[in-house]
Amino acid sequence: MLLTGAEIVVRCLAEEKVEYVFGYPGGAVLYLYDELFKQDKVRHVLVRHEQAALHAADAYSRSTERVGVALVTSGPGVTNAVTGIATAYMDSIPMVIITGQVPTAAIGQDAFQECDTVGITRPCVKHNFLVKDVKDIAPTIKKAFFIAKTGRPGPVLVDIPKDITMAKAEFDYPKSVTMRSYNPITKGHQGQIKKAVQLLLEAKRPMIYAGGGVVLSDASDKLTKLVRTLGAPCTNTLMGLGAYPATDKQFVGMLGMHGNYEANMAMQYCDVLIAVGARFDDRVIGNPADFARVARKIIHIDIDPSSISKRVKVDVPIVGNLPDVLDDILRLLEASGDRPDKESLAEWWKQIEEWRSRDCLKYKNSDEVIKPQFVVEKLWEVTKGEAFVTSDVGQHQMWAAQYYKFDKPRRWLNSGGLGTMGVGIPYGIGVQLAHPGSQVAVVTGEGSVQMNIQELSTCKQYRIPLKICSLNNRYLGMVRQWQEFIHGNRYSESYMDSLPDFAKLAEAYGHVGLRVEKPGDVEGALREAFKRKNDLVFIDFQVDPTENVYPMVMGGKGLTDMILSAEDL
Amino acid sequence: MRHVISVLIENEAGALSRVSGLFSARGYNIESLTVAPTEDGSLSRMTIISTGSDDIIEQITKQLNKLIEVVKVVDLSEAAHIERELMLIKVRATGKDREELKRVADIFRGRIIDVTDSTYVIELTGNTAKIDSFVGAIDSSLILETVRTGVAGIGRGDRILRL
Repeated sequence: MLLTGAEIVVRCLAEEKVEYVFGYPGGAVLYLYDELFKQDKVRHVLVRHEQAALHAADAYSRSTERVGVALVTSGPGVTNAVTGIATAYMDSIPMVIITGQVPTAAIGQDAFQECDTVGITRPCVKHNFLVKDVKDIAPTIKKAFFIAKTGRPGPVLVDIPKDITMAKAEFDYPKSVTMRSYNPITKGHQGQIKKAVQLLLEAKRPMIYAGGGVVLSDASDKLTKLVRTLGAPCTNTLMGLGAYPATDKQFVGMLGMHGNYEANMAMQYCDVLIAVGARFDDRVIGNPADFARVARKIIHIDIDPSSISKRVKVDVPIVGNLPDVLDDILRLLEASGDRPDKESLAEWWKQIEEWRSRDCLKYKNSDEVIKPQFVVEKLWEVTKGEAFVTSDVGQHQMWAAQYYKFDKPRRWLNSGGLGTMGVGIPYGIGVQLAHPGSQVAVVTGEGSVQMNIQELSTCKQYRIPLKICSLNNRYLGMVRQWQEFIHGNRYSESYMDSLPDFAKLAEAYGHVGLRVEKPGDVEGALREAFKRKNDLVFIDFQVDPTENVYPMVMGGKGLTDMILSAEDL
Repeated sequence: MRHVISVLIENEAGALSRVSGLFSARGYNIESLTVAPTEDGSLSRMTIISTGSDDIIEQITKQLNKLIEVVKVVDLSEAAHIERELMLIKVRATGKDREELKRVADIFRGRIIDVTDSTYVIELTGNTAKIDSFVGAIDSSLILETVRTGVAGIGRGDRILRL
C-alpha cells in the first residue's frame, strides 16, 4: 500500500517507539501534523517557542536512555531551534530533529520561510540529511536514530521538503542499518586495557575523574565498582554528577572552575589519573600547561578518539564504549586479585582528608537574608536527594551542582557545554513527561528563567507540576561576579531592573506563585510546594544579591590556584 | 609541518562542505583541497594540503574520521608518496617572447595547448615546487592568467588507499 511521506514519517517514529514528539507546527510541516492528528501512538507536546521543543526533547533523552525527538517547521522554526540543537550537540545528547522544508522546486528560490537548514545546522549536529525522494524517508530516519544513539551520541537532523511529505511510496521500515563509512568502535584495545590495569595497580596516589560519558553510556554501576575496588578517590565533572554517588566517602566532589578544593588538589597531585568519559575541557583543568607541570600517568577512556590527547597528552588512550571497557578492566582486576598498595593509599587518603578539612563549600549563613546555597541545601533535604533537578546557567547552576548531592545518574540536567540560559523550564518539561509522578525541581535565576518563561503556558496545558526555585538576586549573578573580580566592580549591564512579580506572573499562567524573603521561610515554602503534587509552584526566593560562587579558579589559571572565599581576593 | 591528507568520502551532496566547514570551524589551515569521484562513482577522493603541529594534524585526521560520510583518512606524508598538480597558464606570446616561452615550457616539460597570434596556454604538471619554479622562470609581466588544480597525492608502491 502506498503511504504519503507524512504518514511514513509518523510510522517511522512509531516503529522507533517514540513516546513524545516536542514541536511547533507551521506551513512546511502541515501534512506531518495532519498525520500526527490521525493517530494515537506518538504523542505531540506543543511548546511556545521552538527552542523549548529542542530543550524538552533533549531533557527527555538526558533523563532516560532514549532518543529525544523534536519537530519544527522550515525557516524561523529551524533558526529558533538552532540554540537547542547546539546545546544538545555540545553535551552529546542523542536526538532526532525533523524539520520541514519548502517544496523541492522552491529550494534556492528565497521562498517564504526558506532557510538552508542543512547548512545552518551542519556545525552543530552529529549529522544531517536533506530527503529528496519519498522513498528515502524511512531509511533516512532509521539511519538518523542509529547515528544519534551509537558511538559518541549527538543530535541528527532530517530536513524534509513539503512536497516529499505529500508524495507517496511503499512503507518498509528497515530492520537494521549498515553504513560503510560509520562503524562506531565498542571494544577497547586489550593491550591498552592491560597496561591501564597495570598502572592502576602500581599507583600510589590513584584518582578517578568521571564525566558525562559515564551517565550517557549508563556505566555508573561499573564506575562505582571500579572506584570501590581500587579504593581511590573519585571526582565527577559538572556533566558527570550522579555518575558516582555524591554522598559516598570516596567522592571528593565536583572538580574544575567551581570545583571542590580536595577534588582539584587530588587531580593535580595524583600519580595515576584515569579519565572516564570526560574530556579535560577548559572549565575542568584550567590552564593545560599548569596541569601538565606535575608528572603523572594518565589513562583516558573515551568513545570519541578526537577527545583523546586534544588538550592534555595521555599515556594510555583507550577508545571504546565505557561499559565494555570498564567490564574488561574489572575482569582483569578480579582475575589478578591484586590491589593498589594499602599503605600508600592510606597515606594518600590522609592527604585528601586534610584537603577536605578545609571545608571549601562552607558559607556564612544569615538570619536576615536568604543565602542561595541554603536554598539548595534545603531543597536537597526536602526532596531527600531524590528529585530530578534541572538548572539554567549562572551562579544558581553552580550552587545547585555544589550543594545538591546527586546519588544517581540522569537526575541532574544542565547545559554544561554550551551554557545555554533558558533551558531550565523546558528541561523540566522533558523530564517530568519522561518520569510522571517524580519530583522535578528547576533551580534557576531571575535572568535565565525569563529566557523561556513562556513555557509556563506549556506546563499548564500538559499539567506539568514543576517546582521552580528561582534564586532571585536581581543580578546576572555570574556576570556580576566576574565584573567584581576582574572589572573593578563596574557592573556593566548586569543589574536586572524592572523585574516582574514572578509569583503573580506564575499565577497569571494558572500556576501557584510564592515569594520568599526570609531565611526562616525557605524550608516551609519548599515543603508547601512539594506537597502540592499536581501544581506547578514558582518560588521566587529573594536571595543575597552580593553572594559569590566559591571556590573559584580564574580563567587561564592552574587548577590549584583557587579562591576559596572572599578573604582570598 | 606540511601534510598531505587523503580522504575517501561518500560522493554525496554536501560532503565537501562538511570537510571545508570542519577546517574553518576549528581553525585548521587548508593550503589546497582537491576532490573528484574515484573509479567507484559512489566514492570521492580528496587530497588536502594542510600545515600544523603534529598535535593539530592528529586532531585533523581524527575529526575527519568523525564525519559520518568519511570512509577512510590517510596522512600520505607519513611515508613515500607522489604529489602532482596541474597548472594552465595563459601568457602573452608576441615577438621574441614566443620563442623564449616555448623554450622554457619545453625545459619544464610543459605543453602548449592553445595558440593565438598573441597568446599561449601552457599546460604543466608536477609537484608544487616545480610549478612555482616555472612561474618564477618566466617574465611575470607576460602572465595573463593562471589556474591550478591543487595537489593530488598517492602513496608509492604497495601503499593503497581504497575500500
